[in-house]
Amino acid sequence: MRWATRAGVHIDRAACAWLIRRFLDPDAAFVFVADPTEVPVDATPFDMRGVDLGHHGGDCSFETILRRYELTDPVLWRLAEIVHEADLDDQRFDAPEAPGLDVVLRGLSMTGDDERTLAVSGPVFDGLYEFHRRRLLLGREPA
Amino acid sequence: MATSSSPGEWVLLSYRLPREPSGPRTTLWRRLRRLGVVQIADGVVALPADARTREQLEWLAGDVTEAGGTAGTWVARPGTLAQERDLAAAMSAARAAEYRSLSGECAAAVAAGDPAERARALRRLRAEWRAIDRRDFFPPAEREEAAAALRELGASVAAGAEVAR
Repeated sequence: MRWATRAGVHIDRAACAWLIRRFLDPDAAFVFVADPTEVPVDATPFDMRGVDLGHHGGDCSFETILRRYELTDPVLWRLAEIVHEADLDDQRFDAPEAPGLDVVLRGLSMTGDDERTLAVSGPVFDGLYEFHRRRLLLGREPA
Repeated sequence: MATSSSPGEWVLLSYRLPREPSGPRTTLWRRLRRLGVVQIADGVVALPADARTREQLEWLAGDVTEAGGTAGTWVARPGTLAQERDLAAAMSAARAAEYRSLSGECAAAVAAGDPAERARALRRLRAEWRAIDRRDFFPPAEREEAAAALRELGASVAAGAEVAR
């Protein structure tokens, strides 16, 4: 399936792309566009103004995708708090990882194209997921 | 931007929201405040344009539309350098006031006796500094003063932890 989002990906779009590939569509292909009118007809747009999979009611796009696809994995919802704070920084959640993650993603967008940002950030989100999965299972900080 | 010879690009958000219910207006106002926008006219605010500010104002435009209002984002250049300098000065003065208040709170926390209280204040004020810094596009001199006040508070908390050990 094809998915489309705005070019120049930062934290929310990178996290959404990871989420889509890992949990919704292993064969996902991503198209990066400069303007909503450039979204191919067969592609599902996300993290763009005016589309369903965008910001709604104070949620960032990552949270919206979790809701729309009814993903209830508590580890994903913990990652959603981090992505929310990294993207919106509105103090809704306590997510000390957020400012660092935001800076890393912004730096990536300065040094490579969107494909590379997704390629590099994918394993970072895998690691974050695993860390929080273990933390949830252990009930404390994993080693 | 303010130092170059021609005005730079700004991103503008124009919006109209129904007066009632007041919830969406309050939310919008709070979000605009967090972004550090400068008000140009009734229902028109501006930020220096970059990828992040354009995106942020676009999302807010979407919020306004979803709340039954009308909104648009625009990229524009002030007609004169003087006009741009006025905008920058207004934003800089608003941040300066926030930094000054932060410096005052740091000094009050250093003077407070309870070490636990001081450590809590340090965490809160560091978060506050980051929030101000994020919306600070034309850093005033007060920024460095606030940073110094925060370092002093940090040192006093670290020294307190040393004594306790």
